Formats: sequence, C-alpha cells, structure tokens
Amino acid sequence: MIKVKNLHKQFGKLQVLNGIDEHIEKGEVVVVIGPSGSGKSTFLRCLNLLEESTAGEIYVDDELITAPKIDVNRVRQKMGMVFQHFNLFPHLTIMGNITLAPVLLKKMTKEEAEKRGKELLARVGLSEKANAYPAQLSGGQKQRVAIARALAMDPEIMLFDEPTSALDPEMVGEVLEVMKDLAKSGMTMVIVTHEMGFAREVASRVLFMDQGIVMEEGTPEEIFSNPKNERTKLFLSKVL
Amino acid sequence: MTWFNEWAADFAETFTRCFLKENRYKLLLEGIGVTIKVSLLAVIIGIMIGLLIALCNLSKKKLLRFIGGLYTDVIRGTPSVTQLMIIYFVVFATVNLDKWIIAAIAFGINSGAYVSEIIRAGILSIDKGQTEAGRSLGLNGYQTMTRIIIPQAIKNIFPALCNEFIVLIKETAIVGYVGLMDIQKAGDFIKSATFEAFMPLIGTAVIYYVLIKILTLILSRVELRLRKSEMR
Repeated sequence: MIKVKNLHKQFGKLQVLNGIDEHIEKGEVVVVIGPSGSGKSTFLRCLNLLEESTAGEIYVDDELITAPKIDVNRVRQKMGMVFQHFNLFPHLTIMGNITLAPVLLKKMTKEEAEKRGKELLARVGLSEKANAYPAQLSGGQKQRVAIARALAMDPEIMLFDEPTSALDPEMVGEVLEVMKDLAKSGMTMVIVTHEMGFAREVASRVLFMDQGIVMEEGTPEEIFSNPKNERTKLFLSKVL
Repeated sequence: MTWFNEWAADFAETFTRCFLKENRYKLLLEGIGVTIKVSLLAVIIGIMIGLLIALCNLSKKKLLRFIGGLYTDVIRGTPSVTQLMIIYFVVFATVNLDKWIIAAIAFGINSGAYVSEIIRAGILSIDKGQTEAGRSLGLNGYQTMTRIIIPQAIKNIFPALCNEFIVLIKETAIVGYVGLMDIQKAGDFIKSATFEAFMPLIGTAVIYYVLIKILTLILSRVELRLRKSEMR
C-alpha cells in the first residue's frame, strides 16, 4: 500500500532522514519508536507530504506521490492524520470539525456528513459532545474527536504523530482504546509513539529509528524481547 | 453675576453668527456627510487592498512578497497629503469620477498598507497546526485560509482594525486639499467668513469627537458579539 524508497529529508544543513526503505501493507499497524530527533515524526509527515522530501520516492497504491505535479490534496484525502496537539478548529463545534472537510470537498452532503459524524462520535464515545466547542473538552476527548475528524474523510491509511504525548497520564488510556479499536477493524496505521506497552500489544510491526534511518525492525516480540541492534538495546533499556 | 450674563450673551451671539446665520450649519452637515462617505468607502477599499497585500507578503512566491513589501514601503514612507494630491491631480487627472470617490480611493490605498500589516500579524498569530490540520484533511491552501485561518484571525484583527478605522476618519480631514468640503473644510470656511477662530474650530473638534465616540461604541458592541459567539 505504501512503498518508500531511499527517502531523504534535509532541513537546511541538518540531515533528518538518511535513506528509508519501507513497505507498508494494507491492514498493517506499524509503530515507529526511537529517541527524539531520530526523524520518526519527519518520516510520518513526509508520508502525507506535510514535509517535502529532498530525495527518494514514496508510492501510495502504486502512485508516485513525490512526483512534482501530483495533486497533493487528493493524495492527502486518502490519509488521515492525527497530531500531537490535536489541532481541532476552535471556532467550529465538534460536529463542525468533523463535517467541514467532507462537505467542503463534496464527498458528502451536509446531511450525510452529519449522519456519518454521529456514527463516528458514537464510535469514539463522545455522542453527547456534538454541539460543544473544542475548548469545552478535555485533552483525551479532543484527541478522540481529532481521530473521528480524520476518519470522516474515509481514509485508507491513518497516520498518528505522538497522539498521546500531550495528554495528562490519566487520559492516555481512552485514546489508546480508540486506536486499538481502529486497529482491530483492519485500518492501515502508522503510529509514532512513546507508549511501548501499546506498541507491544497492537503493532504488527515495530520500526526502531535513529539518526534518520530504520536501525531495526521486526515483530513486537523480536524488538522488545530480543533486540539485536546495540542502539535498540540502549534505547529500550532507557524507556522500558 | 453680570460677567456671566455678559459672557453668555456674547457666546450666544458668536454661536448664532457662526452656525445659524446664512444657514452655515448646513455646511457642517454637508461636511459630516462627506467625511462619513469618504471614510466608509476608504475603509472598505483599505480592507480589500490590505487583505490582498497581506496575502502577497505571506506568499511563498518571491515576486509577490516583493510587490507587497514595495507597496507597504512606499505608502508608509510618504505623507498621506502627498499621496492624496498625487492620486487626485496626477493619476485621476483625466478621469471623470466624483471627487469624493477619488479621495476615498486615495485613502483606501493609504490605509491598505497599514491594514495589510494588521491582517498579516493576525494570520501569523494562528497556530501552524491549524493549517496543517486543514491541509492534512485534503483542503487546499485557499480553503484552509478562508474556512479555518481567517475566521479565527478576525477576532485578533478586529480591535486593531477598529483603531485603523478611527485613524482613517481623522486622516480624511485633509481632503480640503483637493477641494472637498468635509467637516474640517467647513469649519475653516466659517472661520474665514466670520473672522472667528474659536467657535468654528472648537465646533469642528466637537463634531469629530462625537462622530468617533459613536463609532467606538458601535464597534465595541460588535467586538463583544464576536467574542461571545465563541465559547472560550
């Protein structure tokens, strides 16, 4: 579904991604771990073109999305993105947040979008918040809404950029539950996170990134119980 | 208390001579109309130009940024009287338009430079994550700007824009230079006709003050509404 070939990204003189090669299959839940500054968020942001890669190729459904003349907006509609800081639209209600894109992009009528919005809110357990504003929600609730908002565009892939890092500890669980649910439903997911327990439980594959490359990858069992790379061992010894 | 009675009689006499005799108050009323007309149209033109120049300044394209920068630079670097006279006597010299419309265009062009900075700051005050969230959903740049960024920026922009509107009204007091009879010019005219300085000039000041006071009250109501509509 996603093929990444020799991906490089440079910010000025800083080389952030140093050649990444990955295949992500449909239905896979890929969890990316690694120390901060390792390039994992940048990798994720390159996938939906929020960052422009400096070299290399990315294919989504066999379409080269790093081609210069690609319709960026159409590509992004296939990929939902959930951010660390939620980035809900504060001037719109929860329902407004969810229906804005599908209606504006003519994917659905307003009625259809609201019906779908209700379903999605029920799925993330926030049906009663449809008419509230983002400021009236807790962090965990905001992030669940952000997930619902991304799902409203019926994406084929969901990207999560440290979705629980900005949350109070007691709210992490509710967001992870929603994500687990989503994984069970067969959604293709790429998740950057520091939640090792979650990675172990939900990931079909774990990537350990450092210094802009994928140092080691494998099943959660392989990575967490039997890491081979010295950097991986060092990192896990610090976080587990 | 005879001194007071004398003073009051004197005041009433001057007042009558300045404002009532020969229907001179009509000049002032006319002037109020001109000032309001010019200011209103100028503010609308100013906001449109300001938005355009702000978007130029925020653009990724170098040429647009250059144009925006040049515009702001030239307008801010020259006096508004000079600009007004250039627009009136040079640019529109051969164009047959109402005087007040040409004046409004001149003030709009001037105000646009200041409004563009206000709008630019307002847009920049919105977190980058908002743009990213919009774009990640598949909205294009224009949709993100009009549906997500500008609605939020307006609340930050509004107070500064009101201030600019008030400054603009006072700036229009120079339209006499191109032969328009606004409040200031009317006061000036009365001063020349009656050889009285105090009454017409103080009268002019009072009219401006009351006009701006009314406007301030209306605008602060609107601002309150803007903030209320948002539950945060």
